[in-house]
Amino acid sequence: MTKVLMDGNRAIGEAAIRAGCQCYFGYPITPQNELTEYMATHLSRKRGCSFVQAESEISAINMVYGASLAGVRVMTSSSSPGISLKQEGISYLAACELPAVIVNMSRGGPGLGSISASQSDYFQATRGGGHGDYRTIVLAPSSVQELADLTHRAFDLSDKYMIPVIILGDGMLGQMMEPIEFRHEAPTELTIRSNALRGASGRPSRIIKTFTSNPRELEEINWSLYRRYSLIKQQETDYDTFMVDNAELIVVAFGMAARIAKGAVKNSRANGLQVGLLRPITLWPFPSEIIQELSQETKQFLVFEMNMGQMLEDVQLSLGDKAEISFYGRPGGVISTPSEITQVISRLYYQKGLKRI
Amino acid sequence: MKRIYTRPKVLKKAVFHYCPGCGHPIVHRLIAEVIDDMDLQGNVIGIPPPGCSVFAYNYLDIDMAESAHGRGAAVATGLKRAFPSGIVFTYQGDGDLAAIGTAETIHAANRGERITAFFINNAVYGMTGGQMAPTSLINQTTTTTPYGRDKETEGYPLKISEMLASIPGVVYIERVAVNSPINIRKAKKAIKKAFQAQIDNLGFSLVEILTPCPVNWGMSPIESWQWIDKVMVKEFPLKVIKDRTKQKNAT
Repeated sequence: MTKVLMDGNRAIGEAAIRAGCQCYFGYPITPQNELTEYMATHLSRKRGCSFVQAESEISAINMVYGASLAGVRVMTSSSSPGISLKQEGISYLAACELPAVIVNMSRGGPGLGSISASQSDYFQATRGGGHGDYRTIVLAPSSVQELADLTHRAFDLSDKYMIPVIILGDGMLGQMMEPIEFRHEAPTELTIRSNALRGASGRPSRIIKTFTSNPRELEEINWSLYRRYSLIKQQETDYDTFMVDNAELIVVAFGMAARIAKGAVKNSRANGLQVGLLRPITLWPFPSEIIQELSQETKQFLVFEMNMGQMLEDVQLSLGDKAEISFYGRPGGVISTPSEITQVISRLYYQKGLKRI
Repeated sequence: MKRIYTRPKVLKKAVFHYCPGCGHPIVHRLIAEVIDDMDLQGNVIGIPPPGCSVFAYNYLDIDMAESAHGRGAAVATGLKRAFPSGIVFTYQGDGDLAAIGTAETIHAANRGERITAFFINNAVYGMTGGQMAPTSLINQTTTTTPYGRDKETEGYPLKISEMLASIPGVVYIERVAVNSPINIRKAKKAIKKAFQAQIDNLGFSLVEILTPCPVNWGMSPIESWQWIDKVMVKEFPLKVIKDRTKQKNAT
């Protein structure tokens, strides 16, 4: 396979088309416009495919809902303020057990915030985000290559579990260019899900609904979702580790923050500090078990995020009092450098009196 | 003996949950009759809204999917784009289509989406208990206009059908009512014509249907039928508002 130089936003678009995405609905917002434009250029002219620039994020996600009803692979993308508007539709997708891929190239918030890369949507992405008792799978890539790979996986997971999947990137990942290779060719035949809503021809009519006036019926719907979520936790939790062997201190970071932290971990190791990195790839389900395992050897954890401390709470829930947890964060779209994180690691390392080689 | 009246094939054998004198069951039946007449059951999909008619799927034996409040035109857009040979209709109330879903409606119409909207105008929010709708009349008393709708503070009844008629992507709009046998017959013709516009791939079609809501209007069913004739049609005249279905390649 040949490598191509591509920015993250366009890489998602190409990976989605290669995953058999047939419909894309979006609304312009920085820093993810390259993806919408890529789909306008490359998806709209494909046979059997459709691109619509919607009048709002709300409309875009409801078009996604409509296309998912019709049984096709469908995607939308936005950035933080726009993702807030999509939450209504995501709640309906979750309730109706409809697959869809939603990309959030997140930016600084709250409010209109800034267009700089940030990770302040972690809570929104991993706690459902909209109203009601539901979850979405959340994938957090940290390179353009991984963005392309996880886009494909997002469609597969979404269809497998009939659940909306969020790709949580950030403005920097969307804008930066890296050499990547696409591991899949676009399908020659586009497929339709077997349970699609396409008219009651030769079968009884189908109803897709969320409303019920019977709380007991809704309770069972909720529990059935819960059982599926439990299965996803068992089967799909994913993470990456780097230099965690004999680590006195482990940095926990996701997405671009993990990329920055990786550089800091390398620097720290070169300085004789025994530091490792744990990078959750699925933010939901969160890889609690591996953190617990690591805490048998390592008693100091540093959570680094481009926010005020959101994934921090999942690390705290995972570890309880099994290890000591510190936090370093830069909210508002400020992007730390590896040398800054190296300093944070050093200060913590000496303060805690950790063993040096 | 020749049978001249029977239950439409796609109207389920279910007892309507609607209030006495409500207009929804008449409209449901008309849609069912037209789907039978045009043989659409095999590829039609209906999008009912939150509101009294959210349960339309309990009565129509066709594929249906609930929409979020006001989003019917966007959901129908996505469905139709993914399944262009399907016949897709929304069933929306006045609050749904002309208040919370105004943007979705106008822009679907402006794209000339090949979808059909059945717009139930009863000048009130029914399911939530009789609040002001965008179509409530001046001086009409509702639970949120207890002193009557005041044009100075609540504005005027929104004539969304007339607004939509100015959009090139719209090929057919007619306003009908279901408050008399003759009006019911006209309503059925309009429903059929709206579906035909979609089948012919011409553009966006809409039928606005004035329906009685006796419970929230505080009237008897008979009084509510009369109120449509005497009061409501003065603001919302029954007529073909736009018809470009005769023109080839209308949009």
